[in-house]
Amino acid sequence: MSKLVATEEETMLADMARGFLDGAAPVSAFRKMRDAGQTHDAKLWKEMADMGWAGVLVPEEAGGSDMGFAAANVIAREMGKTLAVSPFLSTAVMAATALRQVSDSRAMEALARIAAGDMTYALALDEGIKHDPDATAMEAKADGNGFRLTGRKTFVVDGAMADRLLVLARTADGLTLFDIPADRAGITRHKSNMIDARDAAKIDFENVEATGEDVLGQVDSAMAILKPALRAGQAALAAEMAGLAAGAFDMTVGYLKERKQFGTEIGRFQALQHRAAHLWCETEVTASAILNAGRMLDSDPENAELAVSLAKAKATATATLAVQEGVQMHGGIGMTDAYDMGFYMKRARVGAEWLGDYSYHAERVAALRGF
Amino acid sequence: MSALQSAEEFRTQLRDWLEANCPPEMRDGGGTENAICWGGKDWVFSSQEQKIWLERCAAKGYTVPTWPEAYGGAGLTRDQEKIFTEEMSRIDARVPLQSFGIWMLGPALLHFGSHEQKLQYLPPIARGEVRWCQGYSEPGAGSDLANVQTYGEDKGDHWLVNGQKIWTSYADKADQIFALVRTDREAPKHLGISFLLIDMEDPGVETRPIKMISGISPFCETFFTDVQVPKDRIVGTPNRGWDVAKYLLTHEREMISGGGQGLAGGRAIGAVLTDTLDTLDATLRADAMRCEIDALSIGLTLERYKDQAEAGQGAGDASAMLKYMGTELNKQRHELMMSAGGSAALEWDGDVGNRAGDWLRTKANSIEGGTSEVMLSIVSRRVLGLPA
Repeated sequence: MSKLVATEEETMLADMARGFLDGAAPVSAFRKMRDAGQTHDAKLWKEMADMGWAGVLVPEEAGGSDMGFAAANVIAREMGKTLAVSPFLSTAVMAATALRQVSDSRAMEALARIAAGDMTYALALDEGIKHDPDATAMEAKADGNGFRLTGRKTFVVDGAMADRLLVLARTADGLTLFDIPADRAGITRHKSNMIDARDAAKIDFENVEATGEDVLGQVDSAMAILKPALRAGQAALAAEMAGLAAGAFDMTVGYLKERKQFGTEIGRFQALQHRAAHLWCETEVTASAILNAGRMLDSDPENAELAVSLAKAKATATATLAVQEGVQMHGGIGMTDAYDMGFYMKRARVGAEWLGDYSYHAERVAALRGF
Repeated sequence: MSALQSAEEFRTQLRDWLEANCPPEMRDGGGTENAICWGGKDWVFSSQEQKIWLERCAAKGYTVPTWPEAYGGAGLTRDQEKIFTEEMSRIDARVPLQSFGIWMLGPALLHFGSHEQKLQYLPPIARGEVRWCQGYSEPGAGSDLANVQTYGEDKGDHWLVNGQKIWTSYADKADQIFALVRTDREAPKHLGISFLLIDMEDPGVETRPIKMISGISPFCETFFTDVQVPKDRIVGTPNRGWDVAKYLLTHEREMISGGGQGLAGGRAIGAVLTDTLDTLDATLRADAMRCEIDALSIGLTLERYKDQAEAGQGAGDASAMLKYMGTELNKQRHELMMSAGGSAALEWDGDVGNRAGDWLRTKANSIEGGTSEVMLSIVSRRVLGLPA
């Protein structure tokens, strides 16, 4: 197995990403978007595509940069630090990984458009309030040579803006994944008013027509394609949350050094020092789990499930701790909308829930560790 | 052993050697107190096989695989060491020798000792001929370790040492002690300490075991009364022993941390619990999952730091972090094991072995070698740069 140490390329990628994001997508830019009710920045996404980020998992023959999963994690982590908004996870990580499992000419064409930043995707999977693709009830009824989809999907991240949807539905003998345009007749999208001010939607499907051509992979075997995509997404989301935790942590330690009470910097108080030090320890340990997940996805994807669930669980716990400590140590100002810490807290809560929460991944870890 | 030798070649040769040389009796993974070989002048081997296994490993340098060959090691690289560990655990081979000489004095000498000192002290450690103990803590120097009062008065060709150490692990069984001794009372407290090597048989050295809550007495009080220590029995320069002590504490902390458990090795806590309890109720299972997630993450962190060190990227004050996280986790782990053991775990040496003793022993993990609170203060100051 590859070593658990950042390669020169990964360090350069992180530095480059940091430099770009500090200029193009600082937290102040997110605040402007939030204030304007804007959940997608097309110009920013195009710039990211020009740097090879949209094509991070797209083969070079389709115009991608094909840097791999560990590199995707590096980018996601840097985005997380300053809460950069983009369809990176849904489109560049998950949809690209799904399409790559098929790699016929139609999929290659879609991958090329993803890499160019010309097409975005959202995954329409969950129907209940918790992540559970296996529980999919939405029916894709056989109709001549095609299907008719009827039902409702919820918490479709980037679902309001995406050009296309990957829709999970129940067919005669299992689950099938459909790749359809988001504006097809019978589809109604209801944009959700999310706490993290990002794009998510509830989507109604009313007798929506899907042909055999629209099936991604094989009928009744969605999981062959969806599982690798979900793992990639879970790992990248874990990386984003680790970045988010690091961002919240840096703000908090900075505040401990400047805020004065009782005539001295509050960072002199041991009660706060030890809590901050504990938080740093957790962020260090989390970084190892993230790096390991990237390495496993790149070198041994078949056996990466434990590494990915470990990373998502640990990152969820650490990000949650980081934002809780962040708000508490900032005191009253941390509770105000004018201060950025609240953004971190709300994004951490959404990230904790998306693609499986702590319990979901802890159960996976337990099962894979034999208990 | 050539570093240029291919990894697979090394693995094959090692596997053959282990097959031919590791006695079947030594392939039970160790794990019990009785299986440990501490070595030393007065060591009584628990079996003939334990003796043979030690001698064969020592002849190859495998008791201290990463030490240079000149000092009794096998000169293995980090990659070879990984393979060595893998192959040893593949056949459940016992660790042939463990000691404070290997864990602590050895690394300190390799870093601070002269060539002559290395030649003099390291090979006997590697062969298990001399058993060392550590004289750090004193009644008035616990977390405030640099407050050592044991005093060595300069008498020209020797120091005349008087004072008391406490929590000296296995002092009653050791041949030699490496000790922090104040040799300058005028200097600031960190700058008047020397790192001395003292023979436990010297006149004026006495030890007294301390019975602990776990029922055993691994720790002692050690008393020095007018002990004469020759001037060449010092590591590093006079009055700069704190540098050696700090360096060595790093090793101690990594050792105590236990490094969690790697993804590859080590049994899952949930599986360990079901050894004694058929069905884990929801709360215990949830606690076990949390513990497992933390154990795997800490194990990976240990791997990452080793890989970083090998790649020439420093890991900073990693040892304080690992010590804190590893020992707190180990305490949790043993709390869960006590729960799963139920009333069977409440008897000394009952049906589930010495589970209570092991549980009580872990409580010292977050005290010895620097308390959890001291570790957090180190992180706070050195990593976060918060004001002292």
